[in-house]
Amino acid sequence: MDFNFTEEQEMVRDGLSRLVREQYDWETRRAAIASDAGWRPEIWAQLAELGILGMPFSEEDGGFGGGAVDAMIVMEEFGKGLVVEPFVPTVVCAGGFLKHAGTPAQKEEHIGGIVDGSRVFAFAYAEPRGRYDYADLETTAKKDGDSYVLNGHKAVVIGAPWASHLVVTARTSGERRDHDGVSVFVLAKDTEGVVTRDYETVDGRRASEVYFENVSLPSDALIGEEGAALPLIERVTDEAIAAQCAEACGAMKVAHAMTLEYSKQRKQFGVPIGKFQVLQHRMVDMYTAYEQSVSLTYLATLRLNASETERKRAASAAKVGVGQAARLIGQESVQIHGGNGVTDEYAIGHYFKRLTIFESEFGDVDHHMKRHVSLASQR
Amino acid sequence: MNLEFTPEEQAFREEVRRFIEENHPKHLEGMGNREDMSPEDMTAWHKILGKKGWSAPAWPVEYGGTGWTPTQRYIWSEENARVGTFMPLPFGIAMVGPVIYTFGNEAQKQQHLPGILSGDVWWCQGYSEPGAGSDLASLKTTAVRDGDHYIINGQKTWTTLAQYADWGFFLCRTDPDAAKPQEGISFILIDMKTPGVEVKPIKLLDGSYEVNETWLTDVRVPVENLVGEENKGWTYAKFLLAHERSGIAGVARSKRAVEKLREIAAAEMLDGEPLINDFDFARKVSQLEIDLAALEITELRTLAGEQAGKGPGPESSILKIKGTEIQQRLTELTLEAVGTYGAPLYGNIANVPGDAGSNQYPVGPDYARHAAATYFNMRKTSIYGGSNEIQRNIITKMILGL
Repeated sequence: MDFNFTEEQEMVRDGLSRLVREQYDWETRRAAIASDAGWRPEIWAQLAELGILGMPFSEEDGGFGGGAVDAMIVMEEFGKGLVVEPFVPTVVCAGGFLKHAGTPAQKEEHIGGIVDGSRVFAFAYAEPRGRYDYADLETTAKKDGDSYVLNGHKAVVIGAPWASHLVVTARTSGERRDHDGVSVFVLAKDTEGVVTRDYETVDGRRASEVYFENVSLPSDALIGEEGAALPLIERVTDEAIAAQCAEACGAMKVAHAMTLEYSKQRKQFGVPIGKFQVLQHRMVDMYTAYEQSVSLTYLATLRLNASETERKRAASAAKVGVGQAARLIGQESVQIHGGNGVTDEYAIGHYFKRLTIFESEFGDVDHHMKRHVSLASQR
Repeated sequence: MNLEFTPEEQAFREEVRRFIEENHPKHLEGMGNREDMSPEDMTAWHKILGKKGWSAPAWPVEYGGTGWTPTQRYIWSEENARVGTFMPLPFGIAMVGPVIYTFGNEAQKQQHLPGILSGDVWWCQGYSEPGAGSDLASLKTTAVRDGDHYIINGQKTWTTLAQYADWGFFLCRTDPDAAKPQEGISFILIDMKTPGVEVKPIKLLDGSYEVNETWLTDVRVPVENLVGEENKGWTYAKFLLAHERSGIAGVARSKRAVEKLREIAAAEMLDGEPLINDFDFARKVSQLEIDLAALEITELRTLAGEQAGKGPGPESSILKIKGTEIQQRLTELTLEAVGTYGAPLYGNIANVPGDAGSNQYPVGPDYARHAAATYFNMRKTSIYGGSNEIQRNIITKMILGL
């Protein structure tokens, strides 16, 4: 057993932590998310330069040979600064599909662009009526000779306004919600027939509704085996869950620290409110929930290469535990900040918003509780 | 970073497993329920471990410890939990032993450590008083110097299993005029057979006799039974409490208890289906497992810190709070799982002579027999060892800096 980070990992953490501190301060972030672009491509370029975008890829794929622990470190630092740049959709999701199931030609075509920052991806998996079931697809990709014809509507595709490319899930055969017949495709966003409607999300990011209208895809747009992609999707989304749990841990850590600090400054009845035991114990419960979340994030991250059941159980456990903690810490932070907590001017409300939306990405607490329960019989 | 055990640690696990398999008395397997056990049962495993030199894994080797790493100690507790052994009571091994080898003099070490290791001497703890529980510093029991003796007067309470104790360690006020309530307290060892020591059992709500009132009336104790310096007892008391809290998470035992809970919920029926197939119930079990998985990694992180030289700090308060909450929730869910048969009063209360208990007509499944009693009994865990409110106060001060 080993809970230590390597020297290299500590260096990455220090570098990122400095970048977030110096270039992702509160006012700069606020201006950036309010700008037309909504993100900072120059930060993305800097991340590429620092090697962050290439970290989880093997050296033969053009990366730096890191893994899930590296992604965890990156996301935790991003969470502390509420970084909006699309590391999870691009590096963890698209990168994950290519890494696990891409052909040599697909890797060749895309991974280099991810590593050097020139290709940005969004992962279009959710649908208006599918909730969190990756197999509940109304989007279809019909085989047409040597190509596929893609039709459908994907909901809240995070980062799509910034993306040059999309990874899309679609049904190639079978009935809605069948486990077989699910496939994954990669395509450029400017492919004919792709229509997007862009908007802001409540936590300061950008997303799109993406419509596919008779989009013609060549057969080499298919990642992995036709109709057998569900286990692959679950694997990649479990990796995304581990990464986003780390992000939530970073955000919770800062939210808790800000709340503590506030409780030492803010006076009521002549004393700092942090002297009231009723608030102290609530801040202790927040701290405990945070520490337990870190543990579950480690567990989910370190189990990504375990057996399928173990991996899924750990990911769902993390999504449940971290989701509950995110809600507790978000709500309590605002409550303890009093009126200031509900203003746009104070940072705490923005941590609260990110922690709230975190819960609904890749399945909420109830969804993952059900998955955890159903996995219990498979041990 | 990884969660795997090294080949050496795996080999250690095999060795431990084999030792338990070959030496643990079969009739005690899975008992773990004091109400059913005689005092001989309670010390049986301790005595076997004493002969092997494994009764105090965490002690320094020079005083009879094993030299095991924290990870090995963790494996040790997992393997014991698997079989459900009754581990040595904490009063000697986990509490007074470390105080004696850290603060005691040579004579005290020679006199007391061997009996603690072997399990031949039974210890009890005299800290709490009727008016001094979590606010321990307000204790009133006095020790007044009279030549080469202390004369001790007062009343202690919650003295766990003192009915069998040979020796006790007591906190007594030696300087009633000290500036602060924490000062002027001394840590004194008392032979429980000394005239004036009287132990009266307290019956608990689960029907057991686990704790006692201990009355001390003009008890004459030789001054050489003072540990460390006079009036410095508070320091030793705090040291002891920090030791008591490490290992209090009880992860390995709780993991075993969850398995047991699943077995029960598979046997119990609801609407003609096993209870465990009911989503509402299964969800509660999953929640427990998730909290427990988090606690396990939190404990391992704490152990890793210890292995790197960071002593058990205030973080151990997290382990106490979450560990006991989970233990209580487990017993609560187990009682829920057994349903109707949770109601009959059972319990062969063997701890007090003359009280035969009331299990002449055992009814219902075996696993239901102790569900209620265990649930009632486990309410103590968030109260003892510094209540969970006190643990929150410790985190407030030591970690949050409020």
